[in-house]
Amino acid sequence: MSGLARMVGQRLALGAFTLLIVSMVIFAAIEALPGDFAEAILGQGATPEAVAAIRESLGMDRSAVERYFAWLGGVFSGDFGVSFSQLSFQSQYGQTGERDIVTVADQLAPRFANTIFLAATAAAVAVPLSLALGILAALYRGSIFDRAANVGTLTSISSPEFFVAYILILFLAAANPIFPSISKIHADLDFWERLYRTVLPALTLTLVVTAHMMRMTRVAIINLMASQYIEMARLKGVPRWRVIVRHALPNALAPIINVIALNLAYLVTGVVVVEVVFVYPGIGQMFVDAVKLRDMPTVQACCLVFAAAYILLNLLADVLSVLTNPRLRHPK
Amino acid sequence: MNLKLDRRTLLKATAATALAAGVGPGAASAAGPKTGGTLRLGLSGGNTTDSWDGRTHSDVFMQVAAQGAVFDCITEVAADGSLVGELAESWESSADLVTWTFNLRKGVEFHNGKSFGADDVIESLQLHVAEGAKSPAKPLVEPIVEMKKMNDHQVQFVLNAGNADFPYLLADYHILIHPAGMVDESIRDGIGTGAYRNLGFDPGVRLQLERNPNAHKQTWFDEVEAISITDPAARVSALMTGEVDAISRIDAKSVRLLDRNPGVEVSEVTGNQHYTFPMITTAAPFDNNDVRLALKYLFDREDLVRKILLGHGKVGNDHPIGPANRFYHADLEQRVYDPDKAKFHLKKAGVDSLQLDLSASDAAFAGAVDASQLFQESAKAGGVSINVIKEPADGYWSNVWMKKPFVACFWSGRATEDIMFSTAYAAGKPWNDSYWEHERFNKLLAEARTEVDEAKRRELYYEMQVITRDEGGVAVPMYANWIDAKSKKLAHGEHLGNVWALDSARIIERWWFA
Repeated sequence: MSGLARMVGQRLALGAFTLLIVSMVIFAAIEALPGDFAEAILGQGATPEAVAAIRESLGMDRSAVERYFAWLGGVFSGDFGVSFSQLSFQSQYGQTGERDIVTVADQLAPRFANTIFLAATAAAVAVPLSLALGILAALYRGSIFDRAANVGTLTSISSPEFFVAYILILFLAAANPIFPSISKIHADLDFWERLYRTVLPALTLTLVVTAHMMRMTRVAIINLMASQYIEMARLKGVPRWRVIVRHALPNALAPIINVIALNLAYLVTGVVVVEVVFVYPGIGQMFVDAVKLRDMPTVQACCLVFAAAYILLNLLADVLSVLTNPRLRHPK
Repeated sequence: MNLKLDRRTLLKATAATALAAGVGPGAASAAGPKTGGTLRLGLSGGNTTDSWDGRTHSDVFMQVAAQGAVFDCITEVAADGSLVGELAESWESSADLVTWTFNLRKGVEFHNGKSFGADDVIESLQLHVAEGAKSPAKPLVEPIVEMKKMNDHQVQFVLNAGNADFPYLLADYHILIHPAGMVDESIRDGIGTGAYRNLGFDPGVRLQLERNPNAHKQTWFDEVEAISITDPAARVSALMTGEVDAISRIDAKSVRLLDRNPGVEVSEVTGNQHYTFPMITTAAPFDNNDVRLALKYLFDREDLVRKILLGHGKVGNDHPIGPANRFYHADLEQRVYDPDKAKFHLKKAGVDSLQLDLSASDAAFAGAVDASQLFQESAKAGGVSINVIKEPADGYWSNVWMKKPFVACFWSGRATEDIMFSTAYAAGKPWNDSYWEHERFNKLLAEARTEVDEAKRRELYYEMQVITRDEGGVAVPMYANWIDAKSKKLAHGEHLGNVWALDSARIIERWWFA
């Protein structure tokens, strides 16, 4: 097991390094975009003096390298800073003794919780569904069911998310008013109400991620079906479904887990469009607004959350593949 | 008057009376307003940084929430365009329009129980001129050199110069009245004197309001829920599926789709919002008024209204005063597309053919690039070849507007003629986007501000509209309607306010469920 612990440690260190690189790339990308926060927030009112005043109050008159390291220093001490919009608000309207400063972390936390709720709901449906579909498709390979499942899932993955979203709205909210067309999630909703309002966005995400996982499951199992030990199992008279579930599936788990992890990460990061369409107050909506305003601290924080989700889920996938494979668990 | 009644005049007269009485589609329900219900709004322009500080308000969401529900101003522009008191009962001025005395409403309470009086007005106004505060209303409050509390319910303002429009300025949506000594709490929790109380506010997401039982105004809804919906398509689908009762700001292109749903209807009104093409008059060839006139004659205005606004607007007349202004010169001869006149003026200016760059981006207004291309086509007939440069939307207002010589732009219009002209047409002002200087115009502007006699003022503003049309540096080809949409269950009064979207942002106070 110590080998596994070492691997986790190594991967976490590498992950931290990846995050550092990501933060640099994002920072450089925002710098490269035309316009900055001062110009974006002032809009038509961007007189040179007003722009200069805001830049100065936010410390944007310093060089980009200097600003990046100031921000990085904060992050190392666990402080993601205060968003530009909050900062400029504070400096413009002064005398705010009574009001607390809202940090990026304060703003991000409830939004992140909402996004995780949406992703978890979608995953709770999508993962069992695609595994079941994949196994059944492998079991009845070449049948009408196999083809229908393939065509259905491929169609939904091939359509852009917003299109899938509008189709669902059309059928499940407009033509047959079963679910609300906008989510209207807020803190004082009880669990079931919240779940009910999350159904359409979660369903959209489910349709988008199912194809990938289902096809991977199907292919992984079909590949193993040609192996000799499977042939052996069949020759000794084991029923076909039992061959798949008991003999093929455990060996196919590693690639399946990997593709599930990748899709779970996508559920966290890929929700941007879905959140905008369903007016779901998650991290994606916040991210879009922040990019529009070039609000560097918020964009950075969102990106780090997205990148961390990818890194951690991939790590989890690797750990799980090791655990499911005795050959990797007990290396010679 | 010689009244000769025949069948035709009778029919005409009946139709006119029916129209005047407001009978017909979209008019007020004959049954009169009813109390009750929860109004659900889907609003644009919400941000995670929104607060109850009026100095930060700039878009529909907070306008509707603050000025339109939770807070009050001193005066209010009524739906028919007249000025009425909101927290003021009456006002009067000295003969020179320098000293203004406001009598405040008695018996009004803030939501936290504090009673409203002169101190609240003075402290709230001072917020806009506080050290370091960058309030958009600063230019409106700054001319007040002295604020005097005469008694608990009377305040006197002394201005640095006479201003006939002063009571209008106090209706500005930034100038909210907060309780004195509790401004911080008021800004944090939304404590105003308005007809609705804040039940819960998640900035950029959702706002919940309930009727204030002690309100000094008669309103109809029991509760209000306002959701921030930034995406225009999501707003429309929320209304179509009955998730909300009214939405702000819909695209002209969606109007036809909404018409197909029998339960909803578009509510639109032509206000002061106008789309413009400013030319920098200090640079050649725009320093020659004949060139500017030629270009103004080359805008096919009817075509632009038809294709860019899809009919949801009105042709403009090259001046910025709109139908929502008091002294709008409605009878001023309309400039029309006329390539011959354009050629005439170009000849007068000594040019046979002209090649110009026109910078546009949809940041200026939705369809600005298309409008520029239509202009490119219509200008060919006058011998002017236009090169449309598509600029990036980001940084458009910083790098293109007022920098490039000929660009696309928009103005939402202003409450008074004086503010509009002083902001964007007076010599030396930072937003004079054509860098225009006209001696007679600037003289009239100062004169009109202190003119007591309304008829005389009207004449002055009419003349300024003529000067701007014929000699100004800005082509104003169209006024764009405020287009909102609502469920047919909602009803409103005979007039719809046209200063801002959604009944001048007063939908919560003024509308009801039929």
